[in-house]
Amino acid sequence: MKIAVCIKQVPDTEARLRVAKDARWVDEEDLPFVINESDEYALEEALRLAEKSGGEVVVFSLGPDRVREALRKTLALGASRSVLLRDDAFAGGDALANGKALAVAIGREPFDLVLTGSQSDDLGYGATGSVIAGVLGWPHAWLVMGLTIDEGGASARVVREMESGKNEIFRVQLPAVIQVQAGINHPRYASLKGIMAAKKKEIAEVTAADLGLSETGAAASRLEVLSVGAPESGKATQILEGDAVTAATKLVELLQREARVM
Amino acid sequence: MAKVWVVLQQRENKLHRMSWEAIAAGQALAAELGGTAEAVVLGSAVETLANEVAGRAALAAVHLAEHPALESYTPGAYVGALADLLREASPDWVVFPHTYQTVDFMPRLAQELGAGLLPEVIGFASGADGLVWKRPVLGGKLHARVRVKGDGAVLLSVQSGAFSADSMVAGTSAVKRSTVGAIAADREILGTEDVGGDTVDLTKADIIVAVGRGIGGADKMGPVNDLAAALGAEIGASRPVIDNGWLPRDRQIGSSGQTVAPKLYIAAGISGAIQHLVGMKGSTIVVAINKDAGAPIFGVASYGIVGDLHEVLPALTAAVRAAKSN
Ligand SMILES: Cc1cc2nc3c(=O)[nH]c(=O)nc-3n(C[C@H](O)[C@H](O)[C@H](O)COP(=O)(O)OP(=O)(O)OC[C@H]3O[C@@H](n4cnc5c(N)ncnc54)[C@H](O)[C@@H]3O)c2cc1C
Ligand SMILES: Nc1ncnc2c1ncn2[C@@H]1O[C@H](COP(=O)(O)O)[C@@H](O)[C@H]1O
Repeated sequence: MKIAVCIKQVPDTEARLRVAKDARWVDEEDLPFVINESDEYALEEALRLAEKSGGEVVVFSLGPDRVREALRKTLALGASRSVLLRDDAFAGGDALANGKALAVAIGREPFDLVLTGSQSDDLGYGATGSVIAGVLGWPHAWLVMGLTIDEGGASARVVREMESGKNEIFRVQLPAVIQVQAGINHPRYASLKGIMAAKKKEIAEVTAADLGLSETGAAASRLEVLSVGAPESGKATQILEGDAVTAATKLVELLQREARVM
Repeated sequence: MAKVWVVLQQRENKLHRMSWEAIAAGQALAAELGGTAEAVVLGSAVETLANEVAGRAALAAVHLAEHPALESYTPGAYVGALADLLREASPDWVVFPHTYQTVDFMPRLAQELGAGLLPEVIGFASGADGLVWKRPVLGGKLHARVRVKGDGAVLLSVQSGAFSADSMVAGTSAVKRSTVGAIAADREILGTEDVGGDTVDLTKADIIVAVGRGIGGADKMGPVNDLAAALGAEIGASRPVIDNGWLPRDRQIGSSGQTVAPKLYIAAGISGAIQHLVGMKGSTIVVAINKDAGAPIFGVASYGIVGDLHEVLPALTAAVRAAKSN
């Protein structure tokens, strides 16, 4: 099986975020970046499928130069090669614009399956994988917690998460785009051997012109982020000051006396 | 005049509760823009649902789209049916509830219609920048102000709790039956299954101590167990704790897990992403313990301690034990 995996590089969820001077996004200076959480699960799922069927995993990402580090990590984990969609023209794209660019890049090779994450931890559209499927004219499934390729490889059995602790199960025809949800598997760690091997693997760069896209990124997007800022809090939160013991003692007192929940 | 459509969600002939919130949002948007709001119900035999909406909400019309292929949800059939309807009606804004079903097909419908796509909004306001939408980004740590540019319809989904169903304008309207053309399912439905079984029912607990990724590993659960024992509490968790295998799936709280409303909810090392908040924000008292003062969990908390949970939890356990022995 030949499998494409889309990964996005996003700010580490642990990182302290500072709003940039122009307030349009966060200040990226000294900001640690990681592979988007559900994308790590998508990559692991792809690697397992490829190992079973003797196939190949190719990783795609759209973003600036810093994304090379994330791609190098996917190569260390076992992907064969990677493609970076790198062009200033790609900047500022919404899910429709980015999904289209990724789909065109993926569509230049014959893949049996495309795996993406379910949602990016930064913009969180939950849509890019479906858009890729739409451009390719393939079926898709969002929030996938189980994936089994049927005998013969023409279809797959998909377990999809629903609200309220239930999954739905169905079959889709392949090729398809499967949007993997975190928790589907347990992603592996890179081995030293993998890290060494990754140094020799390819990170190919493509531009908008290479993909024949005259309009992409912000120019092809209907959404424009004007500014970002801290959410206004709806609730008056009482912060208990002092060291852990002082704060904890005060909290228990309030829970007993004021809130009466203890 | 702006034309707003609201696409309602039903499953097994029951309206999803967020359908009412979507109607409230659609009405508010129509009022803001000086337009009208209409709703559409899809399914195989859902006339009673259309009647229910038409009898309760102030709308210009409730459209009823029935077809055998809409019996079970599949993106293929839903996109096919809605694309025809929306092409004919050509609304400016189409409002959806932000549910796992809607988000699954909304992007494909937007592509089919050549429309814009605006997922997960939590509000809007008109001002100097025109109509500006608000949506959470970066796990809810920040909110983005987003403007729509260009021409053509926009499909948007409203996040749970952003528009209260209580704010829906009551009224009545007529049900209009639509014809649905040739549509086809693109999934062969095989059934449903329970996720890991609800062996632990957290909804009955008076007190829940919930842990997030900040706990740092399965081997670090000791202080959490101690605090829960001291309080007589159940233990809950955010999704990454479960995904990492630190606790079993039946402890997950949030949109994919259990929805709880205990008297006391202590969230330790949980950032407060919307998918977690929807599962616990009905709690009477929320206590947040987090080393990041900017974590959104503080926004729903009555009491907060900014600090390292590895220090705070043992201190809290000691304080609870001391209080109980008095
Ligand atoms: C479709 C979908 C469904 C989802 N369903 C759910 C769901 O049902 N339930 C759910 O919870 N999530 C769900 N999520 C995931 C959700 O979006 C968040 O990713 C998740 O809730 C984050 O979990 P967290 O707060 O534990 O981790 P993080 O966001 O990584 O936060 C960890 C927090 O711990 C704090 N911290 C770290 N170390 C310490 C320390 N030593 N002391 C104190 N604080 C510390 C950090 O400051 C941070 O705020 C879903 C996501 C999607 C896309
Ligand atoms: N810039 C990008 N490069 C590669 N993949 C992406 C990019 N943006 C989104 N994706 C993929 O699409 C998924 C959903 O992203 P989103 O629609 O932004 O929530 C992510 O989990 C990734 O797998």
